[in-house]
Amino acid sequence: MISLNILEISYLIASLTFILGLKMLSHPDSARKGNLLAAAGMGIAVVATLVLYQDFDATKGLNYGLIFLGLVVGTVIGTIMAKKVQMTAMPQMVSFFNGMGGACAALIAIIEFQHHQHLQITGFDGELLVMLLGLLIGSVSFSGSLIAYGKLEGKIKDRVLPMNQAVNMLLLLGIVILIAFQMYAGSDPLMFYILLGVALIYGVLFVMPIGGADMPVVISLLNSFTGMAAAFGGFLYDNKAMLTGGILVGSAGTILTILMCKAMNRSLTNVLLGAFGATAAGAGKSAEGDQTVREISLSDTAVLLSYSQSVVIVPGYGLAVAQAQHICHELEKLLEEKGVEVNYAIHPVAGRMPGHMNVLLAEADVPYERLQEMEEINPRLANTDVVVVIGANDVVNPAAKNDPASPIYGMPILEVDQAKNVIIMKRGMSSGYAGIENELFFYPKTRMLFGDAKNSLQKLAAEVKEV
Amino acid sequence: MEQLLNYIGQNMEMVYFLILAILLGVEVISNVPAILHTPLMSGANAIHGVVVVGAIIVMLQASPDNYAALTVGFLAVVVGTLNVIGGFVVTDRMLEMFKKKPKKS
Repeated sequence: MISLNILEISYLIASLTFILGLKMLSHPDSARKGNLLAAAGMGIAVVATLVLYQDFDATKGLNYGLIFLGLVVGTVIGTIMAKKVQMTAMPQMVSFFNGMGGACAALIAIIEFQHHQHLQITGFDGELLVMLLGLLIGSVSFSGSLIAYGKLEGKIKDRVLPMNQAVNMLLLLGIVILIAFQMYAGSDPLMFYILLGVALIYGVLFVMPIGGADMPVVISLLNSFTGMAAAFGGFLYDNKAMLTGGILVGSAGTILTILMCKAMNRSLTNVLLGAFGATAAGAGKSAEGDQTVREISLSDTAVLLSYSQSVVIVPGYGLAVAQAQHICHELEKLLEEKGVEVNYAIHPVAGRMPGHMNVLLAEADVPYERLQEMEEINPRLANTDVVVVIGANDVVNPAAKNDPASPIYGMPILEVDQAKNVIIMKRGMSSGYAGIENELFFYPKTRMLFGDAKNSLQKLAAEVKEV
Repeated sequence: MEQLLNYIGQNMEMVYFLILAILLGVEVISNVPAILHTPLMSGANAIHGVVVVGAIIVMLQASPDNYAALTVGFLAVVVGTLNVIGGFVVTDRMLEMFKKKPKKS
């Protein structure tokens, strides 16, 4: 009995570390400690469960052996993957680990269902409902996360299947029926496994048509799904640590998802139903054929930058893909030596995840104070001599302000068109992730500098040194 | 319907717990600067890895000759651990880069 009390207290401690950890993760100064605190709490919960959940049973040597083996295998693979991953590939890594959590929840539901089969239950079977929901959400999160991972890795292309929306609705209906029927008529193994299959397919089809630009929202949503699945597991075992951890992540993840949608001025339904792909096709017309872009040479760019008072760099996914954050910081330092004030303007959804650019630039040792959020920098853009846009597109598209027909109309943008000069570094004239034209490229004050971001920045830095 | 109400009545404590935890989650992460969204998402991702505790419980409860359950449970422990360890390590790597550097003047 005493050991069970200690177990409960361990779960209480773990729950507290999760709450405090999340709280500390919300402030730059304490974030790292918060993460370690939550990790420590997790360690306590795992060890306490192993040692205290039940008295050591000598006949279960195999069980203990497998648990330890599983913990070791997971730790080794997880550490290697997390240490090796490039900073640019961070979003898909998070998505992958999230999928693993979902799989874990689904597997637990499968085993518990086998036990549950032998019980005689009369009345409302809450345990069965919790299992079915855990299986459903865990599986959707698993297959959905892996598709999101594949998409961000570029292994899976955006593809809208014919009647995708209708098929999804049908699958949802099927899921509701499969659950409702079992709740009414009792558990049924065949239906349970059909539910598993349908949930996995639904996860795939749910993420498949959603465009790459919306992937952060989807990952965040799937993250909160896995949180819920973990919470259902907590209900099953009346386990407070799983409950707190799961529910916290479920609700925090949902809020984070909504914050991201807000930053793009879209509703969640809009993202999920994939209306973006449909409307984007009709909005490309704003680019009339006779508009031409003006290019600028590297040496002209170098001179322009060197003799400016203030320069603002707008990084985007192109910078991340080209791994150009370090050389970008080099250029910034060179300019500062010449007395130019350089700042970075970070759009909330620049890159593939909110905060993606901050992480990348921090990796390149760019000082925290140099990174300016959209609200801070926008009023100052009019007094900026040169804005350098590196591999960003939709977040500086003026259509968001002045073209009500545009699918991104209303999205808050970095108002770089207010600046005196705009230089766009880009690989070619392709449109951004939202798939729409950017009239900014055709403005008289805009100059294009074509080429791979890293390559161009290297040459540019060399030219600036010469000036 | 009556059965459902009974069920809720019996688990009232749980319902309170659920509601308070949801509100807490909302409260804890509002007012997060955008700069921390990615690490926060990653940290939250690691925290829901607590589901691995459930996987361990499953394994402890399984009878030693139920090989099907042991196999599935083993897989659950592996993927759950992946979620926890990978999640925390990735988050730490991200946050490591935010640490204040001595100012060069």
